[in-house]
Amino acid sequence: MDATMDSSGAVDRIPIHQAKRIGGLSDPLFVGALWGCGLLVLVLLALIIGQLFLGGLPALREFGLDFLWTASWNPVTEKYGALVMIYGTVFSAVIAVIVALPLSFGIAFFLTEIAPQSLKRPIGVAVQLLAAVPSIIYGMWGFFIVAPLMAQYVQSPLIDLLGPIPVLGLLFQGPPLGSGMFTAGLILAVMIVPFITAMFVETLESIPPMLKESAYGVGCTTYEVYRNVSVPYGRTAMVGAVMLGLGRALGETMAVTFVIGNATRLSASLFAPGATIASTIANEFPEAPIGSLKLTSLLQLGFILFVISFIVLALSRALVRSRLD
Amino acid sequence: MASLAARRAKDNAVKAISTGFAALAIVLLAWILLTLLAKGLPALGTNVFTQITLPPGQGGGLLNAIVGSLIQIGIALLIGGPIGIFAGTFLAENGKGTKIGSATRFVNDILLSAPSILVGLFIYQFLVVPFGGFSGWAGSIALAILVIPVIVRTTEDMLNLVPVGLREAAFALGAPQWKVVIMVTWRAARAGIVTGVLLAIARAAGETAPLLFTSLGNNGWSLDLSKPMASLPIAIYQYAGSPFDDWVSLAWAGALLITVGVLLLNVVSRVVLARTH
Repeated sequence: MDATMDSSGAVDRIPIHQAKRIGGLSDPLFVGALWGCGLLVLVLLALIIGQLFLGGLPALREFGLDFLWTASWNPVTEKYGALVMIYGTVFSAVIAVIVALPLSFGIAFFLTEIAPQSLKRPIGVAVQLLAAVPSIIYGMWGFFIVAPLMAQYVQSPLIDLLGPIPVLGLLFQGPPLGSGMFTAGLILAVMIVPFITAMFVETLESIPPMLKESAYGVGCTTYEVYRNVSVPYGRTAMVGAVMLGLGRALGETMAVTFVIGNATRLSASLFAPGATIASTIANEFPEAPIGSLKLTSLLQLGFILFVISFIVLALSRALVRSRLD
Repeated sequence: MASLAARRAKDNAVKAISTGFAALAIVLLAWILLTLLAKGLPALGTNVFTQITLPPGQGGGLLNAIVGSLIQIGIALLIGGPIGIFAGTFLAENGKGTKIGSATRFVNDILLSAPSILVGLFIYQFLVVPFGGFSGWAGSIALAILVIPVIVRTTEDMLNLVPVGLREAAFALGAPQWKVVIMVTWRAARAGIVTGVLLAIARAAGETAPLLFTSLGNNGWSLDLSKPMASLPIAIYQYAGSPFDDWVSLAWAGALLITVGVLLLNVVSRVVLARTH
């Protein structure tokens, strides 16, 4: 405080333009640091995109846009293309979303409408803990526990049963390895269910109670209210939630690397080994020396993954936020 | 419209299936935890904490990996913690309604869910190649980049819960912004900010992909941050994929340690938050 009291108790008035800035330099410094850190986050994304693009540039010069639809990944002939990995990334993520969607709808229904108040929180937390388990743990669990079970009890019977059917059978070809596209998709599904469910629950809880009560009032069952009132009302944000799950599944690395089988061949079969962009980067990087065409091809793959994830995540965010604005 | 009985039956069927799905989620979590306990507990001797990684068949433990992880997480937090808290404070206090604020919030949300392996590739290009090699520093900075968006998000959310009147009261007393933020807003949101930091630690502790190309891993004992440094996730990755039984069981022991640690951090952060709100 610059105003002081003299002995008589009257306040010593200072003209406003002569008053010292309170706190001196500390405030501009502090506020500057706040802005600086905010801008740093902004710059970080630009740096990541820039570095990945520049790193992949030699591969872009060598292969051009053909890189995107070339199915070969051959270190011997030095011919690299991204098609197999883009296909694997999208295929495994789509399997994950298809499996995770009904699960998330069900769990969200359970948590918002069925669960007694006392169970709601512990079960909700348990579902969220599935998201906290590290990716590499899912990888080990998938590789050592799930894959052998898949081979024996799921893949063998399905290949025998559905493999001979024309067209549909294409999805069920090959030996029952346990690992492969389908197993990767299942593990990814378990990993994204908590994200989708949490956002579903958040959306469902924000629905005006009056809407639901009117539906109950005309005699709807709990499921009918969920199906015809709650879900349509929250539709946009829920699509956004699914997109977030998709975005997460696209870039997941360690879990997929363990169970996808890491084969750089194109196959329509659900049970065939494959590769995603992320698993290829993790796997091939140790054999890609600095300055090699392989390394820049991997960086180019990284750039492609970043672009795909960015679009999906940005779309997801726009949909989720549209409810709020 | 279907008969009432049919509609009731459908309602009950969907309720039963949904309850089953919720039960399935719990079963999966239990299955993962029991697998870790069954495979990890027998391998979890004192050697895990007292010996470093050794060639197959010679026993050994994970001491260097545990210490390496702690060092890298610690540095990641020292770098990412302040940046994250400041950026989150910027969003809640200065960036509201501004274009730069919205852009930063958008970018932070993208970083929060962006593939972590790309952060590893970025640091490889940005630090490892120019500075001539894999290093503990590179690993720490990669983890810092993963820690920042988590802390930004929780800090902003928690500061938004602090009543505006509290800030206005402080400003009305003539306090400059730094005093208002440090002595009023941060103090009011302390528990929430701590929660964000705990969640960030949990995220950094389990991340493997960003360390593959940055700190690389190290089978020897090294505290030198300018050299490749061991970490628990990398050791698990290396050991789980090896053909040696003793290495695989050490991987399970490490997996048990990480998972229990990460889940405990998550539960503790929830308790901290629930207590204050």
